[in-house]
Order: sequence, then C-alpha cells, then structure tokens
Amino acid sequence: MALLLFLALALVALLAAVGMVTSRNAVHSALFMLVNFAVYAIFYIMLNAQFLGVVQVIVYAGAIVVLFLFVVMLIGGEIGAVRSSLRRYTYAAALILGALFVAMIGLGIAQTISTDQTVAGAPAAGGVEAIGMALFTTYLLPFELASLLLLAGMVGGVARRYKALDED
Amino acid sequence: MEILIISIIKSLALIVILLTGFAYLTYYERKLLARFHVRLGPNRAGPRGLLQPIADAVKAIFKEEIVPDHVDKPVYLLAPALALIPALVAFAVIPVAPAMTLFGRTIDFAVADINVALLYVVAITSVGTYGVILGGWSSNNNYSLLGALRTASQMISYELPLGILLAAIVLSTNIGREMGTLSLHEIVLQDRPWWLWLWLWLAFPVFFIGVLAESNRSPFDLPETENELIAGFQIEYGGIKFALFFMAEYIHMITGSALMATLFFGGWRGPFVVPGTWHGALIGFGWLFIKILALLFLFIWVRASVPRVRYDQLLHFCWKFLTPLSIAYLVITAVIVVFAG
Amino acid sequence: MTIPLTWYLILSAALFAIGLFGVLARRNAIAILIGVELMLNAVNVNILAFWRYIRPDDPSGQVFAIIVLTVAAAEAAVGLALFISIYRTRRSINVDHLDALKG
Repeated sequence: MALLLFLALALVALLAAVGMVTSRNAVHSALFMLVNFAVYAIFYIMLNAQFLGVVQVIVYAGAIVVLFLFVVMLIGGEIGAVRSSLRRYTYAAALILGALFVAMIGLGIAQTISTDQTVAGAPAAGGVEAIGMALFTTYLLPFELASLLLLAGMVGGVARRYKALDED
Repeated sequence: MEILIISIIKSLALIVILLTGFAYLTYYERKLLARFHVRLGPNRAGPRGLLQPIADAVKAIFKEEIVPDHVDKPVYLLAPALALIPALVAFAVIPVAPAMTLFGRTIDFAVADINVALLYVVAITSVGTYGVILGGWSSNNNYSLLGALRTASQMISYELPLGILLAAIVLSTNIGREMGTLSLHEIVLQDRPWWLWLWLWLAFPVFFIGVLAESNRSPFDLPETENELIAGFQIEYGGIKFALFFMAEYIHMITGSALMATLFFGGWRGPFVVPGTWHGALIGFGWLFIKILALLFLFIWVRASVPRVRYDQLLHFCWKFLTPLSIAYLVITAVIVVFAG
Repeated sequence: MTIPLTWYLILSAALFAIGLFGVLARRNAIAILIGVELMLNAVNVNILAFWRYIRPDDPSGQVFAIIVLTVAAAEAAVGLALFISIYRTRRSINVDHLDALKG
C-alpha cells in the first residue's frame, strides 16, 4: 500500500518536474511547480514530518509560486522553447550532464547504502515542540542568521523598487 | 479500513452541509441586504422566498457552457475548481461540536483533528488564491488580468497581519498550561482567564478585517469591482463555472467565520453544553452555528454600510497600519505570556 | 512504513537532475529560477529522508530543511525583484542578452 502510494506520487512528482522545465509558458511552469511541491508536502507527511509538510505548502504554495505568477503576469508569460537559437548545443549538453549526474548519484547510493535500510528507532520526533526546542536552543544562531537573510532579502526587494521609481 | 470509511462519511457530510450552507447564505445575505435597503428581497420562490437558492442553482446548472476561444483552456477550466476545493477542505479541521460517546465509541466532530490544525488552515487558505489568479490570467482579458494581479498582491499582503495575529493566539495558548498548542480542538478547550479573553477580543477587529480581505468581500472586493473592472477575474466565466467561484467566496466566508468563532469566541462552548453526551454535542453545535450566523451578519452588515476602498488605500492600510499593529500585538502578547504564563 | 530509503534518495537525485537540466538548458531567467527551486526542494526531500531513517530522535534534520526553505524563499524574492528591474531597463530577461559586463 505505502509502496504503491510512493510510486504513484513519485511518478506525479517526476512528470510535474519535467513539465516544469520544458513547458513554453511560464504560468504552466508555475502550475507544474505547484503540483510538484504539493507532492513534496505529501512525502514529508509520509516521512512523519507533518510540520514541514504544512510549512512547505505555506511557503511555496502560499508565497513563492504566487510571487512567480505575479512576476510572470507583469513581464509576460512566454518564456520560449527549451531549444534556443543562440546556443545550439546547450540542450544536448544539459541533457547529457543531467543524465550523467543521475548515474553518478545512483552509483553512489547503490554502493554506500544497503537496500534494506528501513525506519530506525522509535516514532520520530516530528512534533512542533521538538523542532521549536531545537530551533530556539541548539540552532539559535543559524535561525537568527536565516531571519537576517530574510530581512536583507526584504530590504533588497524594497530598495530595487524605490530605485525603479527614481528612474521613472 | 474502518477509519477510512468514517473519514469518507464525515467528509461527505461536511461537503453537503457546506454546500447547503452556501446556498442559504446567499438567501441570508440577500434578505439582510434587502432589510438594510428597506426593501423585501427574494419572496417569490416558495414561502418567504425560501426556495430561491434552489431556483438559482438550477438556473446556473442549465445555462449553456461557453468556453471563449481566446482563453488558455486547461487553466481556464481548472481555475474554478482550484478556487472551490481549498474553501471546502479548509473546514475539515474545525471542531464543530464536543466529542460524544455513542454505542461505546467516541465520535469526534471534526473531519480531522490534527495537531498542526491552525497551520493547516493557513496553508489551505493560501492555496485558495490560485483559483482567482489563474482564472484572471487564463481568461486572456485585460480587465481580468488586472483583477488577478490585484488578488495576488492583496492576498499576500493581508496574509501578513493574519499570520502574525495567529502566532499571537498560538502564543497565548501557553497561558495556564504546560505547553502551547496548534490544535484547534485544544484551543477550544483551553481555560482562558477573563483578562485573556478581553486581550484576544482586542485583536478581533484586525483579524476580521484581514478575513474580509482574504475572502474578497466588500469593502475589499477589488479583484471583482463591477464599476472599474467589470467583475474582474470572473468576466469570461458563466453558468456553473461562475457559480463555482461564487461558491468559493461564500464558503470562504463560512470557514472564516467558523475559524474566528473557534479562536476568539470559544467555538462550540457555551451554557448547557455537557461534553461526552449526545445532547451536549447537539447544543454545542447549536452554539457554534449561532456564533457563525452572528459573524456572517457582521460580514453582510459591513458590505451594506462601508463603501469600497481605493486600491492603493487598501495596500497602504495593510502595510502601514495593520501589519505594524499586529506586530506590536504579538510583542505585547509575548510579554504577557512571559509574566503570566 | 516499508519504503526503502534508497527510493527516496533516487527520486530526489532524479528531481535534482531535472532541475539541473532546467537551469542549464533554459535561457529565460524565470525558467532558470524555477529550475533552482526544484533543485533546492530535491535536497529537502533528501534531508528529511535521512532524518527519518537514520536519526529520527534528533530534530536537526528538520531544522536544516527549514533553513533551506527560508533561503529558498529569500532567493526567490530577491531574484524576482531583480528580474523585474532588469526587465524595466532591457525589455528582456533572456540571460544570453545580459552581457553588458562582457569584455
């Protein structure tokens, strides 16, 4: 049951990912992205990380994909075909590099991790309490740094906007 | 297997109740608006016009299905469904009545009582934006595109004060208990001291304004302003597809009211509710129903009294007033929790 | 739960490679950013799978995933703001045309 579910979801995720990087229209791309990220959220819940599953939906579906759609609507949805006239071989090169990458990683996984590795230990600490505890004690510094990064991103976005207003 | 069947039954019951609720909410709104305007409202179909929603539904279903040539067809057809589904599933975590014991088993009156319920509601409602944005974009029409753009920025902006206020409410669940909670069930059960109730009610107006904006209700219905955008994102939609958008908006109102009743007014709690018994569940449901009706009245009252704001006023109000206010509220709540919790 | 860990790892590697392909093959800046987001998320699946299968008693894995998520959000916000300002001056966000610094 769980295996079948996993395979079906994995298929959806892969198809959506392929759709994401090959569709000619940015809005379709963003929609495939939405499907893909929703599948990730289900994976996280299957991995007993409910909090991250929900956060995934809030951050990606709630903010990032909307932002993408917003920008696409502002500057036009046509993002062109995969093949480009300027660089004739990029497509083939990228395909080969991607395939080589999968082969390399697959080989690494096959060599180092035994196939019968299943869930270790007791029911996982997926609870919000455990994550909160870790975030605000052990990982306080990275947490604050991440918030600083977000602040910098926000200031950067607003500053770009004001610069654009000045230029007009 | 049994749990699956129970979940399916609960979900179906929820969907039927919400759709009926939607139908009669339109009746409720039209009647109330008529009262505010000193006129009669629907009174032809059935006694006191009570069959009016059914007549409307039949009309919407039997209208001709028109798909304009210039639309992006898959996205155009997907958008109404994407608007309605989140509105329906968001309600799943709201406890509608206390649990009761019947034939030796405990029946829990929420489709899913999960421990991250509040986050779930935030996540699902944020997906609700897509129906409007994609509907506006795929219609390939300048007015609807403007409507979609407005929705995108309005939704993202008003999620901020709402999210911050929710964080403050979650913080306040620490008071009088060992650990806070994100479960709506436990938030309802929390014993709040009187000063905490008062403090939370202070946040209610801001939260209510946020919910008004999130559900595209007047005075924040800028994505579909009739007089400047000629209905915005809905221009190219007709018949049942239009009805789906309509349903999504009204069910968002119901869900928003239920959420506010649960967070600020104690959900199903009220006098004469004895948890664990069948009459307790019934009366509890009745209390929640009355609270939801009162909040819906507030929605309609606002629609009847407040003129629509201008778009820049809408965003300024959110970013320069509501957001700082809710951040201040969060900080003060944190201080209160430290000293009183 | 009977799904082997390797399945998650291979899925995540495949998704990462698709993202990589997108980044290398597309010339439109938005499409490239979409590819980058795909790669970041593939990494998150990996992190969470390792957390669940190897060290489920220690929430560090989830904390890492949360930080990756934060960085992805900041990156998308800044990146898209940059694209808009590039578009305003160049009327195009094709990365092949952005060669003003070419010697």
